[in-house]
Amino acid sequence: MVTPPETPRIRDPLLLAGHARQLRRSILKMIHTAKSGHTGSSLSCIDILVALYFAEMRHLPINPEWSGRDRLVLSKGHAAPALYAILHHFGYISANDLGRLRQLESILQGHPDSRRCPGIEASTGSLGQGLSIAHGMALALRDGPKQPRIYAVLGDGELQEGQIWEAVMSAAHYATSNLCAIVDANGLQIDGPVHEVMRVSPIADKFRAFGWNATEIDGHDFSALLAALDGAREHTEGPTAIIAKTIKGKGVSFCENRVEWHGKAPNAEELANALAELEGGQ
Amino acid sequence: MKRILSTREEYGRTLVRLGERSKDIVVLDADLSGSTCTRTFAKRFPKRFFNMGISEQDLICTAAGMSMAGKIAFASSFAIFITGRCWEQIRNSVALPGCNVNIVSTHGGITVGKDGASHQALEDIAVMRAIPTMTVIVPADAVETRKAIEAAAWFDGPVYIRLTRANLPVIASAEKPFRIGRGWQVQEGGDVTIIAIGMMLQIALEGAELLRKEGISARVINMVTVKPVDEYLITLCAEETGCVVTAEEHNICGGLGDAVGEVLLRRHPVPMERVAVRDSFGRSGDPQALLDYFDLNPPAIVRAAKRAISRKKG
Repeated sequence: MVTPPETPRIRDPLLLAGHARQLRRSILKMIHTAKSGHTGSSLSCIDILVALYFAEMRHLPINPEWSGRDRLVLSKGHAAPALYAILHHFGYISANDLGRLRQLESILQGHPDSRRCPGIEASTGSLGQGLSIAHGMALALRDGPKQPRIYAVLGDGELQEGQIWEAVMSAAHYATSNLCAIVDANGLQIDGPVHEVMRVSPIADKFRAFGWNATEIDGHDFSALLAALDGAREHTEGPTAIIAKTIKGKGVSFCENRVEWHGKAPNAEELANALAELEGGQ
Repeated sequence: MKRILSTREEYGRTLVRLGERSKDIVVLDADLSGSTCTRTFAKRFPKRFFNMGISEQDLICTAAGMSMAGKIAFASSFAIFITGRCWEQIRNSVALPGCNVNIVSTHGGITVGKDGASHQALEDIAVMRAIPTMTVIVPADAVETRKAIEAAAWFDGPVYIRLTRANLPVIASAEKPFRIGRGWQVQEGGDVTIIAIGMMLQIALEGAELLRKEGISARVINMVTVKPVDEYLITLCAEETGCVVTAEEHNICGGLGDAVGEVLLRRHPVPMERVAVRDSFGRSGDPQALLDYFDLNPPAIVRAAKRAISRKKG
């Protein structure tokens, strides 16, 4: 059997930042066309997803079902537009698909649907379940060929779900080292700042107390993201959590750190301003 | 004399046989592996058994993840916990993506006995049946349990199977083919059809015997699959006997009675009576005392059958 070529890696932070900028544009256009979607959350986690898909994960767009692939579970499923933008970049889905986000019978449902959309590993949207799903995948695949790595991207507000800590406990118990949780810690949730609604900090200490390897980084710094992902891969005693401090709405000044942009779509004027801000540069 | 066998122990033995046939079989439990008998599998295949501790939500989603990675997962605990604590996980992480997760509960119904209301699932069939694409099976004895577990293993999609704590007399025959979605006639009769599931099948047969002594001929159906329910069989029985009684160890809302009633309403309305727990929680007691307390006994079957017959037109 021919082993498929792994996706070429890009590890240059400047190149990654350039891709992230283009993908932010794609996210905004997609949500604007749909007239609904989660702008702030998609913009806060896109750099994490770029680091994973461009630099870290083994995946094969011509064969989304390749058994040796690493897998991503977007546990904070409302950030789906960020994942869709990436899947489009790699050719899993078409530009036409992007234009049909959240439409009837579209493969791009409001929250990721693994039965409809190629490249989506798990149907998510109901918060708190993705880490358990990712852990199940990791347990099932860790003794097999290629030993795929499984990544779960969580929100910091999502950590309020009790099931997250059940999964944190069980992954530590089973020392599932091919599992990596990345917390998109943008500090905001629908009703306000996370520390006001229901404090979850200190996040890294909590993961460590459960027996995880945990690191805290700037979630928009590609050098830091890549180093943290390297560290997670090299840690073989158990699972790793990367607490990525991020800015909700990152890249569009009028969205940044604004709670009202959690689930709001930009109108035509806002889109034009945002795209202008994201033009040129690196 | 019928053999009395444990459905739970048969579940454990069947898991081992399945595990021998396929390396893809994995089993998860939530600290009740002795009671659910998944421990039998755990001893034989320790690397394919995952005790998730007392955390049913994590258990269900972990099973879903394993299924997405190609495994055939069996997830077990008591009926109240594995369907109640993690209903939304089953709906969103198992059924919505169409995972091959087989949820096998034990300790369904009031015959759990002395542990009382908190441990007696009387709503599990209703809440599982409400989930789109979910298959719901309630075997009546150990032989049927083996067949149901085997069928679920190779069935594409989520399945819920409800077993009892109590040991049950063997009614099904080993030779008879088992098909998901098909009920079968245990006893012929022309005046009324009694449709039962699980441990109520034996009680329905005893009720039918009491009716026979009074000159009433009762047909007894083992429905086995509550969803998708056997519409053809229900319609045929309604046409041929003119009235129906359902019998289940479950709350009167949302279980077998409603499943059968929905079919009758649409295809062949006839008088129908239900033997079930009448919208109440359970309580502590000996299983037999509880069955009598909640009117889940042969005399209750007789009364319901007579009511149904008396309502027939003409």
